[in-house]
Amino acid sequence: MIAWLTDPLTHGIVVRAMLELTLLGVVSGGLGCWIVLSGMSYSAESLAHGMLPGLVGAALLGVPLLVGGAVGLVIAALSIVVVARVPRLDSDVAVSVVVTALLGLGVLMGLSPRTPAGLGEILFGDVLGVSDLDIRLAAGLGAAIVVVLAVLHPTLMAIGFDRAGARALGRRPAPFDAVLAVLLAGATLVAVQALGNLLVVAMLVGPAATARVLCDRMAAMMLTATLVAFAGSVAGLYLSYHASVAAGASVTAAILTLYGLALLWRAATALRGRRTAAAHA
Amino acid sequence: MPEPVTRGEVLVDADDLAATYPGATVPAVASATFVVHGGERVSVLGPNGGGKSTLFRVLTGELTLSSGALALPAGRVALVPQTERSRLDFPVSALDVALMGAVSRMPWWRRPSRADRALAREALDRVGLADRAQRTFGDLSGGQRQRVLVARALVQDAPLLLLDEPFSGLDVPSAERLRALLDDLAAEGRGLLMATHDIEQARSWDRVLCLNRVQIAFGPPASTLTAQVIERTYGSEIVTLPGGVELGILPAHHHHHDHGGHGS
Repeated sequence: MIAWLTDPLTHGIVVRAMLELTLLGVVSGGLGCWIVLSGMSYSAESLAHGMLPGLVGAALLGVPLLVGGAVGLVIAALSIVVVARVPRLDSDVAVSVVVTALLGLGVLMGLSPRTPAGLGEILFGDVLGVSDLDIRLAAGLGAAIVVVLAVLHPTLMAIGFDRAGARALGRRPAPFDAVLAVLLAGATLVAVQALGNLLVVAMLVGPAATARVLCDRMAAMMLTATLVAFAGSVAGLYLSYHASVAAGASVTAAILTLYGLALLWRAATALRGRRTAAAHA
Repeated sequence: MPEPVTRGEVLVDADDLAATYPGATVPAVASATFVVHGGERVSVLGPNGGGKSTLFRVLTGELTLSSGALALPAGRVALVPQTERSRLDFPVSALDVALMGAVSRMPWWRRPSRADRALAREALDRVGLADRAQRTFGDLSGGQRQRVLVARALVQDAPLLLLDEPFSGLDVPSAERLRALLDDLAAEGRGLLMATHDIEQARSWDRVLCLNRVQIAFGPPASTLTAQVIERTYGSEIVTLPGGVELGILPAHHHHHDHGGHGS
């Protein structure tokens, strides 16, 4: 049993993966809560998927994925802005058209005769292969996000709670929306290195969605989301090590399992509450 | 609580005010000329789309006026939104919501101080919810939520309060309690502007402003709320007169509801 727990930790790559995922968990715990509460989950998914051509392009050209991802994000954002201007096209439709097209383009590029070696890594990530640079980036991003969210907390709370009334409190929502969008883009860009294009959203949104089910205070929700991200990462890495399955997918599955358990727990509590109320009536 | 404003000071001075939404050609509200003093309770009557919310948006600075003049000599304006439209799913306590009022008095990088927290507790006490401070906002009753939102306005310490249909959806005891609270706030010198559909209630306040995309009338309710004014205010809408009599009124003119999305 002890060996079962300690064996994976004797491998440097597992420890590094755990460090990387813990840092991303802090990002997820803080930013993820705002993504979930401001209804930005769809944007998060769109950004992550829309940047695929940039990532594949970078792999084909042999430039760093970070650069490709950044270019991909800008192209995705600009395309969405342009297509959203088409009259009689709802903005959600515009986003889904652009994202599907970009995802398709990315796959097409990836399956070309010169298929880059790392297509699987781009789609599903390679958390066991994170570089020192990846870890430093995640640490920097985590620190930046914690500082920005802490400083803006009172305003973000006031806007999130009552958007229409924000102006009466002397705050215009637009600049603060923009800050959240920039943080989201940055988080996606950094997290995609470890978790891949298809799984990054699970890490950014899953822990916060789980915490949302369990908590009714913002501070508790952020803390719980961070813990869920950490627990999911550890569980996922152990599963990956012992069952020899892909690490990114294992972590995602662990987080989704925690989300499912949270929902079950919530339903059970609600049922018990109703029974108690009925017994007292 | 900070010092209330002295009674009688001019809080709003609107002169032929008009406001048009971006992209619209017709103003959503026009020819509004009225004055609100400290200590006055002014009800704003009008149909949905009649310009009540538009007027509030202009007063909070969300929408700029397209013509006319508006003076807000006392500065800060607090908005008390409809509790039915507030977010019940947000993870906040009653105290957290009251404390949000402090945001209006500080720059974006500052955090609420200990004094602000004390002020928020005092405000909750003032609205009779001291014992509910740690309850989750969404778990409170409609009347309690409405009073928490009033507490937020008190923390904001605005001399002028804009109330958007504060009595809608409240049971009778809650409504009584809110009415007494609003009367107290006016008695200490704050000006109140309340959007409402309740003509009977408008009769019990100090002034009434009737809007139907243009200002129909403004003045003391006893002399202002004539059958003709009510008819011109509500157009074809059905109006409940005191005593519960429903009266169908023929359209005075056709309405363009091109701002349906903006609510009332």
